[in-house]
Amino acid sequence: MLAKRIIPCLDVRDGQTVKGINFVNIRAAGDPVELGAAYAGQGADELVYLDITASVERRGTFVELVERVAQTLNIPFTVGGGIRNEEDVACLLAAGADKISVNTAAVNCPELVETLARRFGSQCVVVAIDTKRTPEGDLVYIHGGRTPTERRTQEWAREVVNRGAGEILLTSMDHDGTKNGFALEITRELAESLPIPVIASGGAGSKEHFVEVFKVGKADAALAASVFHFGEIPIPELKRHLRTNRIEVRL
Amino acid sequence: MNIAVIKYNAGNIHSVRLALRRLGVEPVVTDEIQVLKSADKVIFPGVGEASSVMRYIRDRGIADLLPQLIQPVLGICLGLQLMCRASEENASRCLGIFNTAVRRFPANDKVPHMGWNKIHNLKGDLFRNVQSAAFVYFVHSYYAELNPLTVATTDYILPFSAAMQRDNFYAVQFHPEKSGAVGEQILRNFLAL
Repeated sequence: MLAKRIIPCLDVRDGQTVKGINFVNIRAAGDPVELGAAYAGQGADELVYLDITASVERRGTFVELVERVAQTLNIPFTVGGGIRNEEDVACLLAAGADKISVNTAAVNCPELVETLARRFGSQCVVVAIDTKRTPEGDLVYIHGGRTPTERRTQEWAREVVNRGAGEILLTSMDHDGTKNGFALEITRELAESLPIPVIASGGAGSKEHFVEVFKVGKADAALAASVFHFGEIPIPELKRHLRTNRIEVRL
Repeated sequence: MNIAVIKYNAGNIHSVRLALRRLGVEPVVTDEIQVLKSADKVIFPGVGEASSVMRYIRDRGIADLLPQLIQPVLGICLGLQLMCRASEENASRCLGIFNTAVRRFPANDKVPHMGWNKIHNLKGDLFRNVQSAAFVYFVHSYYAELNPLTVATTDYILPFSAAMQRDNFYAVQFHPEKSGAVGEQILRNFLAL
């Protein structure tokens, strides 16, 4: 049986790891390559490196960092943040990333998902969706969660699947940074209805939250940042806890 | 030691090169027949689409050369599939080193099979010091059926060949270059053959 994946996310700005609290407040948490290698050693199944400032300040992507990560890590990693086009992706994959994630660029130009899937293969195209529950339903947000769109999360998710996305990274803006648990309902809705893996993100605060997101939310993988960075939940301990709860994990 | 990695128009060649480098080996990445012939070991990596890669290696004479090599050869992922008889992916005729068919997973579960899964029934030198039920990393939509040359099995939707071996030809469906310490052990075992 396929193991449920635990994915630490490293938000990177100016070559340093940071974690955004509700995507706004930022505090430092170390060297991205060292931190990544440490996570891999602890049993992280995959890593995500997110260039969090790129789409805001129109900064180029962080190719040099990706090269160093690729030299060091012996597990798969995804890079995202500010990817605008096919050439950005070609550059990051050539630098050694296993997958790339697109968010705002895909919303602005949905054809990009198709272009990327056709050229590089669906297996490396992750579409990140920032979602927020509103009176009008679950809506997609862009620009690092700052700008609302009129797209419904469920419809957008189905569309990117049809356009060739290989995986969805679903971040709940309502839950992100709260440590009150993942958004189980929307995660489950997508994970059960889509033919591709869904990575749940936003809200991890305890080991129990991970149990919930796999058992109730039916997520294929769970992503978190601060609970790992600050050692609040050591990955080996988390995985043992998941196994005790009869969730298949790689130990 | 002279390790050649087959260069082609797609693939995770860079990842394989970096993984070997971490083990202290600098491979030569090439599509030149003479270089492949004289290498101590040859790695045929893979990510891509079967028919276009077959066309590429046919055009360069690699398809004729590969089955005749006598040094250890390791196919990875698409490499494994192309070493089989034929693939359902765009009805491609392949190299026939392993006399088995490559089929698409039925859509009973999410496809591609992506993530960490266990390998069982481990046989042979490639899996020395690797425990049964060890986890390795997979990304694939097509699989090789179980057959007498299977030296590791994995279960996803159905049991399939996670690895095969015939004489000097070795192949793994998973990505040892992305499979943590277990993957490194498997690569080390191949380098030690």
